[in-house]
Amino acid sequence: MESAVIAVSGLRFRYAGAEQDALQGLDLSIGEGELVGVAGANESGKSTLCYALTGYVPHFFSGTLVGSVSIAGHDVTRTPVSLLAADIGLVFHNPFNQISGARTTVLEEVAFGLENLGVEQALLRPRSMQALRATGLDDLADRSPYTLSGGEQQRLAIAAVMAMQPKVLVLDEPTSQLDPAGTRAIFEVLRRLARDGRTTIVLTEHKLGWLAAFVDRLIVLHTGRLVADGPPRDVLAEAVEHTWGVGATRYTRAALAARRQGQLAAGTRLPVTLEQALEVLR
Amino acid sequence: MKLELRDVRFQYPTGVLALDGVSLSIGSGEAVALIGENGAGKTTLAKLLNGLLRPTSGTVLVGEDDTRRHTPAQLSRRVGFVFQNPDDQLFARTVRDEVAFGPRNQRLSSGEVQARVDRALDDVGLRPAIDRHPYDLTAPERKRVALAAALAMHTPALILDEPTIGQDAGGVDRLGALVDGLHAEGRTLIAITHDVDFCLEHFERVVVMAGGRILADGPATEVLKDLERLQQAQVEPPELVQLALGLGWETMPHTPDEFAVLLANHRT
Repeated sequence: MESAVIAVSGLRFRYAGAEQDALQGLDLSIGEGELVGVAGANESGKSTLCYALTGYVPHFFSGTLVGSVSIAGHDVTRTPVSLLAADIGLVFHNPFNQISGARTTVLEEVAFGLENLGVEQALLRPRSMQALRATGLDDLADRSPYTLSGGEQQRLAIAAVMAMQPKVLVLDEPTSQLDPAGTRAIFEVLRRLARDGRTTIVLTEHKLGWLAAFVDRLIVLHTGRLVADGPPRDVLAEAVEHTWGVGATRYTRAALAARRQGQLAAGTRLPVTLEQALEVLR
Repeated sequence: MKLELRDVRFQYPTGVLALDGVSLSIGSGEAVALIGENGAGKTTLAKLLNGLLRPTSGTVLVGEDDTRRHTPAQLSRRVGFVFQNPDDQLFARTVRDEVAFGPRNQRLSSGEVQARVDRALDDVGLRPAIDRHPYDLTAPERKRVALAAALAMHTPALILDEPTIGQDAGGVDRLGALVDGLHAEGRTLIAITHDVDFCLEHFERVVVMAGGRILADGPATEVLKDLERLQQAQVEPPELVQLALGLGWETMPHTPDEFAVLLANHRT
């Protein structure tokens, strides 16, 4: 792997007042332009990892941190979030937490982040519109953010962070409120950003089918530990042998059922996508 | 509990026409999933069914009663509603009080209230959190508290708005088992969802909405293999349907186990 853009070493974090560590010693290295999915049950540490990669842990959510987090050359644990914002973007799990309310239109909401970064006035509109087009919101540019549906607000939150063109983009369940068409649009944008823009992207997601089809690399967190890391097919096939609470796509479940019924040889590699399932079940 | 819409139009005060002439009859004990892209009118339809909204024109019947002649409070004893966002719904200081609120309002004995609270929290896997403050729980847990509060009302009909959002694999499986159990008890169930895989596995009937109208309505295994209609509604077919169609099958399985049985049949 070329030099890591994200390097996490021995990371432990315990929220103030919590009885146990949310992250229990994590090592992770991610190269430029990688698109990495993070799977895991609720409370496995996925959101905490997102916060730690962007400095919200420990600067905003206080607690005890051990280990190091280096992102795009920044020592994240010692650099204020305001200085990280130009290089590292976070799309929160809940879009309602993200929209600033400081501006009256969708376009201004996107431009707000750019203004704060000191981007030249002449570039504000084109860069904001580009992000709105990429997320399919350009028709709503003049609307108030508060008149948008949940799904539209979620896309706005993504557009606002995308417009800042961070080197590292972290998204915590970015498609939770979106329908399949909206989900596909977001995954396609992310793949394009990773491939062409060399943006390094980490996203958490429960929708395994989308992860399996779009990410190059999937990691699994379980009770604050990294328990699997590799190509989605290998990782998701391994997950069904464990109680990590990751689940399985219907393709995998269909193959498992076929195996129980003696319709699939025991040693067959388990499929996680449609193409793989057709290959082994045809 | 039968639910019915007759030629219903609904326009929001903003001017948005959310439903444009919808007729739909849901029989007692049916399990129906409403699907369609964001903005198709699904949540509006559901809110009309329990009287939270009144139609601009047309008629909505809960049992034999016109929702215009009853208050939402009266209707809430017959049609339960679990909001997409639990924070629209939760208000009490403990999980116990939250779930007990409805049954206490029905003036049930304290023993009966407690039994219902315990049972509902068991059903959603939150019994250990009974004395916690709802806002000390995670968002997916708060969603399960809201579901438990609706379950404890023992309403003959129950509407779930995006029940799987934010739930992890274990949560979705538990929800599926709960839906199957309520259906077996004969409750009328309506779910609004983007999760077509969940739909196929747990709902016998699917209604597809687009642009404030009903585009398709029928058995899940038929509606969810009609690729042309699904595309019009911007809905992708469930994974099991894609697999069965890819294998050239006519009959769609509801579950992975059914898939394996059909696979064995095709091979013999």
